[in-house]
Amino acid sequence: MSGTYLLNDAIISPLGFGTGANLQAIRNSESALKFHNNSRFFKEGYYAGLIEEDLIDSGFQRLGDAFLYTKLEKMIILAVDRVIKGSDAFDPQTTGLVISTTKGNIDLLARNKFTPDRLYLWKMAQVIADFFNLEKRPVVVSNACISGALAIRTASYLIAAGRYKNVIVAAGDLASEFVLSGFNSFQAISDEPCRPFSKDRKGVSLGEAAAAVFLDSENIGEGGDKIQYLDAVTANDANHISGPSRTGEGLFQSISRLMKANNVEAGNMDFLSAHGTATNYNDEMEAIAFNRGGLSQVPVNSFKGYYGHTLGSSALIETILTKHSLLDNELFASHNFTESGVSRDLNIIRSHTRKELNMALKTASGFGGCNLAMLLKKERRS
Amino acid sequence: MKQLFIRNSVLIRNSKVLKNGQLLMQEPEDLQLSKFLKNIYKERKLKYPKFFKMDRLSKLGYLGAEILTNGQIEDENTALFFANSASSLQTDEAYAESMEEFPSPSLFVYTLPNILLGEISIRHRLNSENIFFVFQDFDAGLFVDYVSTLFSQGKTENALCGWVNLHNNDYDVFLWEIALSGGIDFNEEELKKLYLPTHE
Repeated sequence: MSGTYLLNDAIISPLGFGTGANLQAIRNSESALKFHNNSRFFKEGYYAGLIEEDLIDSGFQRLGDAFLYTKLEKMIILAVDRVIKGSDAFDPQTTGLVISTTKGNIDLLARNKFTPDRLYLWKMAQVIADFFNLEKRPVVVSNACISGALAIRTASYLIAAGRYKNVIVAAGDLASEFVLSGFNSFQAISDEPCRPFSKDRKGVSLGEAAAAVFLDSENIGEGGDKIQYLDAVTANDANHISGPSRTGEGLFQSISRLMKANNVEAGNMDFLSAHGTATNYNDEMEAIAFNRGGLSQVPVNSFKGYYGHTLGSSALIETILTKHSLLDNELFASHNFTESGVSRDLNIIRSHTRKELNMALKTASGFGGCNLAMLLKKERRS
Repeated sequence: MKQLFIRNSVLIRNSKVLKNGQLLMQEPEDLQLSKFLKNIYKERKLKYPKFFKMDRLSKLGYLGAEILTNGQIEDENTALFFANSASSLQTDEAYAESMEEFPSPSLFVYTLPNILLGEISIRHRLNSENIFFVFQDFDAGLFVDYVSTLFSQGKTENALCGWVNLHNNDYDVFLWEIALSGGIDFNEEELKKLYLPTHE
């Protein structure tokens, strides 16, 4: 099976603009989750990872007219711009664009100074493609919270099918009133910054962010090690549309099928980037699935304590961070973890650790019972 | 690339239900969507109480899948590959309205298009591959490229594909099965012909 290389990448988040700034913030154990008291849905306030639109606009100024684009479009454009700048292989005529989002410009439902069609996910994607004069029509993946990773697989498949030579995979979602009130209606939102896998976890914190990565079938660019996307598998729980399976069936099946198809074992995994939303049921489900998959000893974290749950962006951001963990031989602590609150043993990373890393497993799960497992591998170049 | 074949196909459009080009049901054109959905459910003699909890997008997908497969999917690894243009916008708007009074969790859960894949997976007990795409309009070429790669990489031997679009109660449903043998060649041209029959 031919792999695809994860080349230039960018994260636009409250922790910083650009992957470097985000990695530095994580190394400093900073979190995007801050207290906010601006929503009629949270009388006592709430914690979330929000980006001030002014900050986005001042970053956007040098690219274009901030009034012509929505907040989310600007965030994604900022991410894509950074990725294109360093990619010699980028060609507006042949490069594809795959966008992951769950809700797109959903904030426009409340107040829309743009045309009504901007609410369509394909329209938002087209606006971004047009900004960069891309000739190929963009593709939108909207598959709940596995979308960010599923977009990488989609890009890899479309390269394999000969549709594109290379692809920009981008993702973005807002912590809008729409999703904040929705998660709150499920009583799923924590009243303090989320604590994935911890005994004292109280639910999710939401965040907003955009990210992008350049995918190419060829190992191009400067020398040094490169990270290959090897493969990914999805599996549905077939259990409940909004609650995870009690047995972790879909997640377990996606992991075991992925390992079998790629002839690797749990023992080959140096790092596991979990979904870890910090709801009671989700984290317990993941612990059961990981245990069934023989992954109890593999160093594992959730990045949600740094960003909150960024929905359609989360799995792409976490894949980018996993890529840099592998490149830099650096395991990042699972932020806000106190002591284990799941019924199966997990090797949660408690502090930043340097370690030789070669292969990582990334997982994600979402509403609709969807689950995904993905393999990343380091290719050494002397 | 392996040669793949389209087996059965279903269209639900303009108050009509067609399977493999044959008219199964025809209701008055001005019939309300909610009524039309209920009539299909009754006509097919379905017994699935979860149907009544679903939003209309999921109802359309569920009914299409029942008609396409006669209620039986033999291969539990059958991949689900769906797309539409309006995502879950109709339910998004209904949920946004509920935000004014009291945000409704039962509406919020349907504000993702892939929930319909969850509904079909639950109904047919499928722990299989899922993906939901959003395009401006029906993109036969993308279906062919993605599904062909899924098959050639050995991820599945059967697929259930669908275009299930709904906004402002305007709906357009086209479902079809892909397998390693039988039926019509799976390519862009044939798929377009099935989606937009010229005699319509």
